[in-house]
Order: sequence, then C-alpha cells, then structure tokens
Amino acid sequence: MSMLELRGVSRSYGQGGAEVHALREVSLTADEGEMVAVMGPSGSGKSTLLTIAGTLEEPTSGEVLIAGQPISKVSRNAKARLRRRVIGYVFQDFNLLPGLTAAENVSLPLELDGLSARKARVPGLRGLERLGLDGRAGHYPDQLSGGERQRVAIARAMVGERRLLLADEPSGALDSANAQAVMRLLLDACKEGGMAAVVVTHDAQLASWADRVVFLRDGRVTDQTAVAPGPESLLTPERNQ
Amino acid sequence: MSVRYAMLALLSEGPKYGLQLREEFEARTGEVWPLNVGQVYQTLQRLERDGLVESDGTSDEGPQKGFRITADGEQELARWLRTPPDLSSPPRDELVMKVLVALYVPNTDLPAVIQAHRRYVVELMQQWTRIREDDAGDLNALLAIDAELFRLDSVVRWLDAAEARVNRAAGDGTPPWGDQASTRNQTRAPLPRHRREVRVRR
Repeated sequence: MSMLELRGVSRSYGQGGAEVHALREVSLTADEGEMVAVMGPSGSGKSTLLTIAGTLEEPTSGEVLIAGQPISKVSRNAKARLRRRVIGYVFQDFNLLPGLTAAENVSLPLELDGLSARKARVPGLRGLERLGLDGRAGHYPDQLSGGERQRVAIARAMVGERRLLLADEPSGALDSANAQAVMRLLLDACKEGGMAAVVVTHDAQLASWADRVVFLRDGRVTDQTAVAPGPESLLTPERNQ
Repeated sequence: MSVRYAMLALLSEGPKYGLQLREEFEARTGEVWPLNVGQVYQTLQRLERDGLVESDGTSDEGPQKGFRITADGEQELARWLRTPPDLSSPPRDELVMKVLVALYVPNTDLPAVIQAHRRYVVELMQQWTRIREDDAGDLNALLAIDAELFRLDSVVRWLDAAEARVNRAAGDGTPPWGDQASTRNQTRAPLPRHRREVRVRR
C-alpha cells in the first residue's frame, strides 16, 4: 500500500509576473517498506515537495494522500494528529527546541500526543540509543555538535510508531561513517518496520541507499531509476575481461 | 589495479601457489576485480623473467606450481607502494567527451543527455551500496567499494556542475564554452557561427 501519494501536485508562490512555480504536476508514491530518494539541485523544489508531503504546506493544486486518505478532506486537528503519530519529519536545520534536552526533544511528539513525560521518556531514550546518543540524553542542543543535533532530529522523527518518514538532507551535517549509520537505520526501519521513507538530497551517495531515486528539476519529476538488477551483475568475471 | 604488484604484495606474505594467488587476489579486492587464470600465470611468468619472483622449480605449469618473492621483488614492491600514480593528465573520459560533444550537436537536448548518464551512474551506485551492506564484515571489500562509490559520486557531481554551468551560460547569453577567455585575449579569433548559435533546450 502507498503510505504517501502525490497526485499532480503543483505549488506556486506570488502572482502575475512575480509568480514562481516551485512544483509543477508532481506525482510520486512511497509504499510501505520502500525508501524513495528525491534528487535535485538547490531550488529544484525538493524541500517544497517534502513540506507538502508532510502536510506542513498545502499544494496550489493536486492532491496528497497519506495512507490512502486525501489530505484535503481531513480536518486541521486530524492533520495535526497525522503529524504527531504517523509522519516523522527531519528538517534540514533540525528544528530542535533549544530549551529542551536531547531526550526531551525526542520524546516531545509523544508528549504532545498525550503520553506522560515519564512514559514518553522511555521510547525517547531508546531512540537516542539507536542513534548512538545514549550518553547525550541530558545535553541541550547548544551542547551538541552539528552531527549530534542531526541525529537527535532523526531520533525525534522516528519515535513512536511512525509509518512515513520525510527527511530533508538527513546526513548533511554528518561525516561519511555517521551518514552511512543513519541511512542504514532508516533503511532497516523501512525493511523491517514497514515504514515508508522519502529522503530529499542532492547527494548521490545518500540517494544510492534508496530503493528508487526520483530526479527533480525545476519543480518537475524528470526521471527515476529503474529497479536495480542484482549485485551479481557487477561481480561477474566476464565484465572485467 | 596493477595485477603485477598485487601478486608481489601477496607473495610478500610468504610462498604461494598460482591458484591460491588468484583466489587471494579476488578476496582481497572484494571480488571487485575478478581475474582469470591466464592473467595470473602470464603475470607470474613475467615477474619470474624479471627476477622479482622465483618458482619452486617444478616443471608443472598448473595451479600447484609455487612462487616466492625475491629480494629484488621486495624492493620493487616497496618502491611501487610509495610512488604516486601519474594523475597529472586527465584520463580520456568517454562520458565527459559525450557531454562536450552534445554541446555542439544541433537540436540536442543537453539536460536529457546529462540525465541519461546521471541515472545510469546513480543506478550503479545503488547496486554498489547494496553490495557494500552485504559485505559489511569484509574490510577489503568495503575499501574497494567505497573507492568505487566515491569515483561514481564524483561523476554525478561533475554532471550536476556541468548542467548548472550550461544553464547559467544559457541564462545570461554567455556561450557554454565561456567568453572569459576571449575577453582576456581580444586577439582570439571569433567562434564559428554554428557554435555561437548553440542553445540549450530546457
């Protein structure tokens, strides 16, 4: 089943001669268990696509469906509930609350959803541990490195029973080893937990973790990768003779 | 990868048989560079001719013939390890050539040409990334696959940069081959008309 479906989504800003088309007729799906990467240069519409998919912004035209449900037909409260329970969002600039510790930041969505601070802390700490941050639970964002803040943001996006993860350059502040660890974690969440993930990036190494790579240019989907053949196609002796 | 020096490196650990050398070469390079038997024996024969390895003297040319490195071979191996490969001149890169040629072929959709190459390279990277995850415990394989992924990544970066440069040139009316050089050097001959007329279709 598609956890996310964008049907002919367009988004423009401004009017008349100053009108800017950030997205034009974009159609995209991410199924349960699938990781989709959206690759494109700066200004291609990647972040707009993600904020619309995350119901943080409305399209000018077209429809967004989350788990088969058209977002235009759900109430504001139901949308907020979707964002707290179903959709995990990793922002490019992390959006951590400076007055909360790492553990409090991660457990915040659960608290907002009605769980007591004490109960929300348990999955929050587990999330930090999965990202190798168990020693940083009591630190405030300004006491963490850029890479650590990014991992806290990822832990927050994955806390609870999220079924759709949307990530904007999730490894931008990470070194190569940490970026791989984060992508491995996201892929495991898709393959073992059935989560769908959409990762937007300009980084081909990051995109190469995805099951499918969709290319965005000037607000349009211009291409996507085919289903990759098995590894054996690269490892046959005949290739090298 | 120079098979010649890989053989010397493997023999620096101790005497080995031909078949063993082939298997170890493939294992150490993460099976990224498979070898056939012929390549192995041809290389060993040349190394023996050059006095860098010696065989155990048996007349058997089969997989059980043993080889060991000589003192000259050890010296040659140490010299090779510390000698940077010649990277001073750009390799003749077919992909780069195709993009450069596409600039000047009339009615060519250059972004589409670039995207065809980008998609192919990203698909290769997806495959290598999966293989790397499968080989997570094998340091040799990880290093070799990392190298391939970084190489392919640099190709995608170049394609991205090339597309951006061509778009900028098309946007401000600068020909894709740049006019900076011609403004620096006013004596330079004007570009042929058909080159000035190239426009990028978007």
